Amino acid sequence: MADSTSEDVAVVGNTDFAAADLHNNTNNTVTGYSSFSKTMMEEGVPLLKKMEISVSEAEKRTGKNAVNMQEVYTVYLIETRPVDAITEGQSTAPDSLWRRYSEFELLRNYLLVTFPYIVVPPLPEKRAEFVWHKLSADNMDPDFVERRRIGLENFLLRVASHSVLSKDKIFYLFLTQDDGWKDVVYDTGFQAKADSRLKALNATFRVKNPDKRYTELKHYSDELQSVISQLLRVRAKVADRLYGVYKVHGNYGRVFSEWSAIEREMGDGLQSAGHHMDAYAASVDDILEEEEHYADQLKEYLYYSESLRAVCRKHELIQYELEMAAQDLISKKQQREELATGTVRTFSLKGMTSKLFGQETPEQREAKLKVLEEQIVEGEELVKTSNAECDEYVRNAWIDIDRFKEQKNQDLKEALISYAVMQISMCKKGIQVWTNAKECFSKM
Amino acid sequence: MESESSSSAASVSGSPAQTVTDLSRHMLEQDEDDDLEVFSKDATLTDASSFSASMPMSPASMINQYKLEEQDIKDVFITVDCPESHVTSIETFVTYRVITKTTRSEFDSSEYEVRRRYQDFLWLKGKLEEAHPTLIINPLPEKFVMKGMMERFNDGFIETRRKALQKFVNRIADHPILSFNEDFKVFLTAQAWELVSHKKQGPGLLSRIGETVRAVAASVRGVQNRPEEFTAMNDYVETFGQKMGMLDKIAQRIVKEQKEYLEGMKECGPVYTLWSGSEDQLVEPLKAIAGCIDNCCKVTEEQVAGLSENQVPILHEYVLCAETLKAVLRRRDNIQAEYESKVDALANKKADKENLKEEIGRLEDKVECANNTLKVDWERWKRNMQGDVKSAFVDMADTNMNYYKKRLAIWESFLTSQKTDVHLEKDTDS
Repeated sequence: MADSTSEDVAVVGNTDFAAADLHNNTNNTVTGYSSFSKTMMEEGVPLLKKMEISVSEAEKRTGKNAVNMQEVYTVYLIETRPVDAITEGQSTAPDSLWRRYSEFELLRNYLLVTFPYIVVPPLPEKRAEFVWHKLSADNMDPDFVERRRIGLENFLLRVASHSVLSKDKIFYLFLTQDDGWKDVVYDTGFQAKADSRLKALNATFRVKNPDKRYTELKHYSDELQSVISQLLRVRAKVADRLYGVYKVHGNYGRVFSEWSAIEREMGDGLQSAGHHMDAYAASVDDILEEEEHYADQLKEYLYYSESLRAVCRKHELIQYELEMAAQDLISKKQQREELATGTVRTFSLKGMTSKLFGQETPEQREAKLKVLEEQIVEGEELVKTSNAECDEYVRNAWIDIDRFKEQKNQDLKEALISYAVMQISMCKKGIQVWTNAKECFSKM
Repeated sequence: MESESSSSAASVSGSPAQTVTDLSRHMLEQDEDDDLEVFSKDATLTDASSFSASMPMSPASMINQYKLEEQDIKDVFITVDCPESHVTSIETFVTYRVITKTTRSEFDSSEYEVRRRYQDFLWLKGKLEEAHPTLIINPLPEKFVMKGMMERFNDGFIETRRKALQKFVNRIADHPILSFNEDFKVFLTAQAWELVSHKKQGPGLLSRIGETVRAVAASVRGVQNRPEEFTAMNDYVETFGQKMGMLDKIAQRIVKEQKEYLEGMKECGPVYTLWSGSEDQLVEPLKAIAGCIDNCCKVTEEQVAGLSENQVPILHEYVLCAETLKAVLRRRDNIQAEYESKVDALANKKADKENLKEEIGRLEDKVECANNTLKVDWERWKRNMQGDVKSAFVDMADTNMNYYKKRLAIWESFLTSQKTDVHLEKDTDS
């Protein structure tokens, strides 16, 4: 596993893609944005086409944490199997390993830093949000764990089907290397490459000419986050109320049964109607569980909006650095001019001090000019590369953003349709129950 | 069964002798009117002397006549509508228009229109209970609403009350005995001032006090040998009242929860619409969903209205009915207690045995009559109850069925509108 790092660029070399089952022949060197190979995007096949991936189980573990205290946590079983093995008719047992949520987080953070121009898929929520009262907010709750398992699988599948992300070696090792994966990740030194929050914030406020599309995209991601949050909140409230309505009907069952004891003619009708009322009350659990799945689909895009914002922020940062470099160059050129001609065009401390303490000697000035010239040459080079990087970033990020937009439109439309399908199923159940109940009532 | 007598209704205040003759004649013709007259006359008698001669028929035969009336021919139709409020210096109250249409010959005209207020209905009920202590008279809507006095003049409350009042009078009109009650006729036909003066008639204050005293004394004494079937009735009424109370609560609670669900759902549509403003490709499906949700809200509103208007009032009425039944059973008990006390008195007193024996005889008949009327009316009440409760719940099932059917249609139309895309996605999936 050779990691070659060059300067400040995060580079992960994938020269040893050892798995014999994989037929991926392309050079799997994945580099940072500075020398990005366009061919990587176009050719090559996403990992998912070669490998079957699933998160199939969840288990509780106890262990000692960082401060040597006992803790209970959940681990998830990741199973992988080469697609070929299945198509050949023999289904070999899948390879598997256990990972906990924090390792997924680590992987994602690595991807965020390594591929800042990619809209990185989000993880399922860390803590249960937008709960309605019956749903436990406890991370240990089996329903929560189950939904998280599905979310984690979804995350892996999304990464594995991404033309760029899926080729990353660290990702591959995450799926296949049981021990020591964490060390490998840390060894990439990606944490050092992460932009500080402060730096990013500073850039956001001070950048002068961000690409208009990215500004719009940022606004869009803000709107998306806001509207989906609202939707989830309202939905949770409605789910809570719906639960109440259904459950109260359970009381009918009980009272009908008690009442039927004193009624001769109506007794049977009441009893059987009561059973239907109980069935009606119980049916809400399944209905709301399905709805929770819809909520999870919305949540994914709620968290995706954060990924979008991250890409925009990176653009702002790069743009800002370009602007800074350009600004710096201009000021250096000005300084040179001043030195050369002796005129002070702008107010500067140098000008002041020279006025106060006298001019420098020609030798000193010569030396300074030389240094400045060198700096200017460097500066020009920097501006040139920054410009190139910026353009590159804008282009490449936009490619992934387009991909993301298409994916989002398709996924959300599917989600809306599945919501309608759920509603239809709920209505059909309701019609069934009340038709049966009516029959029983008619026989009273 | 045609009512052909023209004189019976008017003969309430006739002398005992006259009534006997009428009775025998009409009994042959099996005319319901006189049979009922006898009933009402018996029950209102507070004076022993006017009673003795007028009971030639055995209670059993009276019951037989009563039973024949089961196939009631509806010949009195009453509507209660047009509530109006009236403001005087003392009070504010609401009157209702009561229109009666009838083909009965006891009525001078075939159509009447009068205005009555809640107090008048209350008066009527009181008179009917006085006249027929062991008949089951369905309850009136409650006098006061718990929440607050001002609610009385709220439109929804008045409408609910109006419907209940209409039901109340129609049930009396359908009752084979009660519908021929004189006070009932007065209630339906008398003009305002006539009613006032009629109300002032009847047993004087003193005799009414006497009656009350006797009733209280009897209830304090308690009944000694209550027949098994009435104890069974008592037990039934206890449980029935309890269960009805619970069902009433459940039904009201469901309405409340459904309303809250509706309120929540109303907030959903606008969010989808808001979202569509940020999107391009998704505008159409998002707006469509918003539209569907709004339609669902409308449908839910209809469902809530349906439950509130149809099912809830019936259940509530029967909660009140349980109280009525208990009162009827108590009154029957009191009649028996009165009789028993006289029997005891006979065993103890030496003097005035003759009168006492006469009184005992009268009271014995009174008890038997009361028991039998109650038994028959009980069956009648039970039949009505079953019918009402059944229709209330069938209604509820219907309301809910239609509710879900409408919702289904809404979402199915959404799917159809997105149809082409559904197929597309299915293809890309494979």
